[in-house]
Amino acid sequence: MQLRKLGVLAATAALVLGACSGAATATDPLGVIKVGANDPIHVAFWGVISGADASLGTDSLYGVQIAADDKGGKLLGHAIQVTTEDGLCTPEGGATAAQKLAADKTIVGLVGSSCSDETVGGIKALTDAGLTTISPSNTRPALTLASRGPEYAGYARTAHSDAFQGKAVAEFVFNVLKLTKAATIHDGSAYAEALQGVFADEFKKLGGSIVAQEAVSKGQTDMKPVLTKVAAAAPQVIYDPVFVAEGGYLWAQSKQVAGLEKTVMIGSDGMFTPDFVKAAGKAAEGNYLSSPNFSAFQAGYADFLTKYKAKVGKDPISAFHAHAYDAANILFNAIEKVAVKNSDNSLSIGRKALRDAIFATKDFKGITGVLSCSASGDCGAPLIAVYQITSRETGGTWPPAKPTWP
Amino acid sequence: MTVTSAGMPATGAAPSANGAAPAMPVSFQRRVIRTGLLGAVIALYLCMVGIVPIFNARPLVQGVISLGQAALILSLFATGFVATRRVAESSGRLIADGAIAGGLSGVALSALVLLGSVVDVRAFLPNASPVLYGILTFNLGTIGFWIPMAAGAVLGGLAGAIGLASPRMRRSLFVGLISLFALGLFAGLIRTPMLQLPVAELARLLFASDGLTLIGAVVVLVASVGLHHVQRTRRLDLQFAALPPSRRRRIQVPLIALAAVMILVLPQGLGSFFAQVIAIVALYVMMGLGLNITLGLAGLLDLGFVAFFAVGAYTVGLLTSTAEFGIAQWPFWAAVPVAVIVAMVFGAFLGLPILSIRGDYLAIATMGFGEIIRILAGSDLLKPILGGPRGIINIPKPIEVPPDSFLAGPNQIYYIALIGAALIAFVAWRLRGSRLGRAWIAIREDEDVAEAIGINLIQTKILAYMLGAAFAGLGGAVFAALVGSIFASSIQLMVSINVASLIIVGGMGSIPGVIVGAIFLIGLPELFREFSEYRFLFYGIALIAMMQLRPEGLLPSKIVRREFQHGGGDEPPESSASPLAL
Amino acid sequence: MKASLIERLTEGAIVAFLWLLRVAVVLVVVVGSALTIMSGRYSLEVYVGLVVSGLTLGSIYALIALGYTMVYGILRMINFAHGEIFMAGAFAGYFVVTASDKLGFLNQGAVSAMITIVVAILVAVAVATPVALLVEKIAYRPLRNAPRLVPLISAIGASFVLQYTFRGLFGPGIYSYPTVDFLDRTLPISGIIVRYVDVIVVISAFVMMTGLYLFVMRTKLGTAIRAVSEDKDTAALMGIDVNRAIVTTFGLGAAMAGAAGVLYALLFRQVFFMTGFVPGIKAFTAAVLGGIGNIPGAMLGGLFLGQVESIGPTLFLDGFNVPSPNQLKDVIAFTMLVLVLVFRPSGILGERIARSRA
Repeated sequence: MQLRKLGVLAATAALVLGACSGAATATDPLGVIKVGANDPIHVAFWGVISGADASLGTDSLYGVQIAADDKGGKLLGHAIQVTTEDGLCTPEGGATAAQKLAADKTIVGLVGSSCSDETVGGIKALTDAGLTTISPSNTRPALTLASRGPEYAGYARTAHSDAFQGKAVAEFVFNVLKLTKAATIHDGSAYAEALQGVFADEFKKLGGSIVAQEAVSKGQTDMKPVLTKVAAAAPQVIYDPVFVAEGGYLWAQSKQVAGLEKTVMIGSDGMFTPDFVKAAGKAAEGNYLSSPNFSAFQAGYADFLTKYKAKVGKDPISAFHAHAYDAANILFNAIEKVAVKNSDNSLSIGRKALRDAIFATKDFKGITGVLSCSASGDCGAPLIAVYQITSRETGGTWPPAKPTWP
Repeated sequence: MTVTSAGMPATGAAPSANGAAPAMPVSFQRRVIRTGLLGAVIALYLCMVGIVPIFNARPLVQGVISLGQAALILSLFATGFVATRRVAESSGRLIADGAIAGGLSGVALSALVLLGSVVDVRAFLPNASPVLYGILTFNLGTIGFWIPMAAGAVLGGLAGAIGLASPRMRRSLFVGLISLFALGLFAGLIRTPMLQLPVAELARLLFASDGLTLIGAVVVLVASVGLHHVQRTRRLDLQFAALPPSRRRRIQVPLIALAAVMILVLPQGLGSFFAQVIAIVALYVMMGLGLNITLGLAGLLDLGFVAFFAVGAYTVGLLTSTAEFGIAQWPFWAAVPVAVIVAMVFGAFLGLPILSIRGDYLAIATMGFGEIIRILAGSDLLKPILGGPRGIINIPKPIEVPPDSFLAGPNQIYYIALIGAALIAFVAWRLRGSRLGRAWIAIREDEDVAEAIGINLIQTKILAYMLGAAFAGLGGAVFAALVGSIFASSIQLMVSINVASLIIVGGMGSIPGVIVGAIFLIGLPELFREFSEYRFLFYGIALIAMMQLRPEGLLPSKIVRREFQHGGGDEPPESSASPLAL
Repeated sequence: MKASLIERLTEGAIVAFLWLLRVAVVLVVVVGSALTIMSGRYSLEVYVGLVVSGLTLGSIYALIALGYTMVYGILRMINFAHGEIFMAGAFAGYFVVTASDKLGFLNQGAVSAMITIVVAILVAVAVATPVALLVEKIAYRPLRNAPRLVPLISAIGASFVLQYTFRGLFGPGIYSYPTVDFLDRTLPISGIIVRYVDVIVVISAFVMMTGLYLFVMRTKLGTAIRAVSEDKDTAALMGIDVNRAIVTTFGLGAAMAGAAGVLYALLFRQVFFMTGFVPGIKAFTAAVLGGIGNIPGAMLGGLFLGQVESIGPTLFLDGFNVPSPNQLKDVIAFTMLVLVLVFRPSGILGERIARSRA
């Protein structure tokens, strides 16, 4: 009988608990985060840290950790706690990660996600929870269009949109290299597919012709058939903005296909890593990669690289560590600006105030440039450069010394 | 959970080392050394794979011990324990043996520290970092190289000493430590919803933002040991089983009602993350029940189950999306039946060509179908229809509500998925006892005999494929609504593998088994998201361990259980007793 | 047993559907090839080039497939972790070739390159084999008498453990084999580029496969393996050490996979923790294509799959102007697989075990 009473009691308790969960504080329209006197300031990184694309997110995570280290691990006298959530580079992975982070009411702000797909899946949960996230590596144009939906209110990024990059490469090929026949190859990822689309459109607008648009699949290693097919169209340049593995196969094998010996290969920031150059080997020499303009990066970048090497033990494994560092610092700055220190050393941080402070970032001296956020969340300095890979880079020195263009 | 599985190689490998002992007398000293070396390998593994250095940032008990340290301590302790287990010796000898084995493991770590002070191998082995050496030497640097050795000896000796304690005490201690571990792991998950409730202060007292507080650790230890003691002395489960059925029911009914109420209010109390996780689990339950018909009942191993999932998801996406590739902008509820029917049609058409293919050939043929659908969904060929890599976005939620409603976000999918899973479970349950269900089982047992007794093989098999596909299609439809978009990248071979694994882990042919399997293989990894890539490592270890500890599954159906009790499935019973069958 | 009219009708419809399917696939293949060839878009050299690249890829598939097929033959289990053994071999080879490069030995001419390659293969075999035996001991041996699906799940688990162990040990990044100048030289044939590495890969694969075949057919231990794969219990009664035969099988398969890992990495130059996944699945497909459990079948299946992947998209689909046909190469490969299985439900050469055991 006692068990039964216990059951009734528990049921009542559950109902009461359920009913009480809706309460919220009032001073900020999105609620106020209270950071207790001895509690850490809790920020989160979400992105892909497992599976085949793990290096993209891991690289960004290092950037965030270094940013926290640079602050001495402390903000306003509170330790910085960085939680990570794996978004698996898929929309459902992003959705689950975002739900988990959204449910944690101690989280102040976020850096992430890595893949645009993760953002598409997860952003609604974060925005609805009043949180704001700054992505270091999402490049899909739609995410920061002025016409983006209200669910993107909590989304900003320090990465540049593909619209800039695809256009820049098209201009480089047509105006600088003076080539008019181009082919594109993508790998079935949304990133590469969008980028080659932008490139093709812009290239045609400039007066060039696209002689072939092909695709490979992720995990494919033998690229000779697709390159053979492209070779039949005799392009002067192949734009293949894919990722490290497939990019390495494409470039290396392009030298093994008759008819492509002299064709110029161009890749983009997804391949802008020492791993890629090593994978492509000598085939990379004389070809080009577009990426954020690292030489336009501020002096702090050299310091950052030293810290990265000291922390990780090797050169950056992907292209967006610096963007992650800046994203984290924008977040930390905004927290410092809006956090109200109470008498007992605890902090009150308004969610809406924080979001506004992030979006109001202006002339922030980051290491990727001087950053200002637009109303639709574009905080990145869209400085695209094209680098020619030479024997210096294939010999193991990274990053390239100075861009070929601009 | 995590670290018990991380320690699994120790216990998993041990029986083979120990099991050999009675038959082939190995001198104790050799056994101790062998165990010590094995422990060394495991300790090194924990360090180099990154479990020690990376989880050092994750406290188990705030300010006292991190998860990484706990894993290392556990491995050294386990080494000492295994080295001295089932040996009847003097107490001094036991402790010495444990200390030798544990110390031997520690020597490997000391060597690692010394080696690390000479060469930097981080370019290849990123975890051989100063952070790791710092943990191993309590930040003393190279001078502290002796620390792991000493710690190993002490822990190993301690483990040997515990072998002296009475089994009762030992069990209580283990229960306490395991509870401590489990609660330390889940601390963040438990604390987060508690902070929203009137028990926030209690939550702060017991749980830090990650891990337990010191007070929390003590409370957990005392409470779990106490409860274990009560359970052991009072034997509540036996008392309950001894009750007359009528009284048992009087306890059971309110408990079931309580469970039902809990399920209904769960997302409100625990928050949307749990709703999302349970919705995903329910989704896999639907697919699992689908495959349970094809594989569990009819015995047709289908590794391409993701195909039907994709068909369901894309059908809903196309019919309801308000964005680029949407064709009809139907409400979700109208699209779901269509999705199920389309999936069934696919099931029939994919089932037809492979009717005569059997066994593992069938597995690979169906896997081929899964891959074909996956590639086509993301291909340039079908891009004008399915969006290729751009996917179909803006799939509306089934019920449009403001964001602060109790049905907002994943909560409504939680209820829909639960209802869907319950409905499918009911259908599956009714089907199993039906004429059709018995025909399926007959096919599974022996196709030729089934045909001989008048079962129409074609019809029965195609029906199995179609119904399986229908359930998976429903899963896909709910998935599309849950995520709000469908991309080719969500269609993965892993989905098929997960579904097949959860059926077998849960118990073939059993409906509760599917549910338990989904919770275990889908729900738990979701809860351990913070461990990122190590989740998959633990997932793999758990799969191997499960298959050895409970090859028949967690909740097998009666038939399967009977088969297992009579030795291996298709082997005659006596062969499992033959000495060479090992 | 009299079938009703409806039943007979449905059966007729099904048979008609199956025939339609076969005719459709054959039609696509024939018409597509004809259209492509007649379009004159590609010269003969292009086709020969594709065949060559299909041959190199196919011989690597064949090497890996051997491990699948032998283990299946003896234990009736799909060794899902076999792709990861291959990856382990490729990783081991990486360290040898890189060390040789760092020492300045690698690119000193043909001899030093070949010595490095041989050492790399030997080290890869020496790493892959114990890994496979460890997996066998921990994950498979306790399950030998369990129903078919139990070891399959255990194998999936082992596959995860190996993948993420390597990811934990070596990080998520990609490791690239250094360039071997000798291997990049080309044969003096105009119009097609055949590199030395292609030749070396094909020759070493065939040497190893022949060696394995002879081992299995001619030696005592090989005979024991065949006996155990015929009938475990009877073999045991004949005094054959069943356990030894099984362990040898695993070891042989792993050795082949480890060597294949090095050859693969010499061809494609990249290794990372997921390297084994796709080739593993492909090789498994190849083994099934050839008739699983059948050693010449695995070789045949591997070569066939290599060709289909390499030349299939261009030859069959290009004529129809399908956008990005190479993205669909696996669609072609798996369609071929299903078609082969529809005609021959136990693979090209497989016959023995299909009805009685599978």
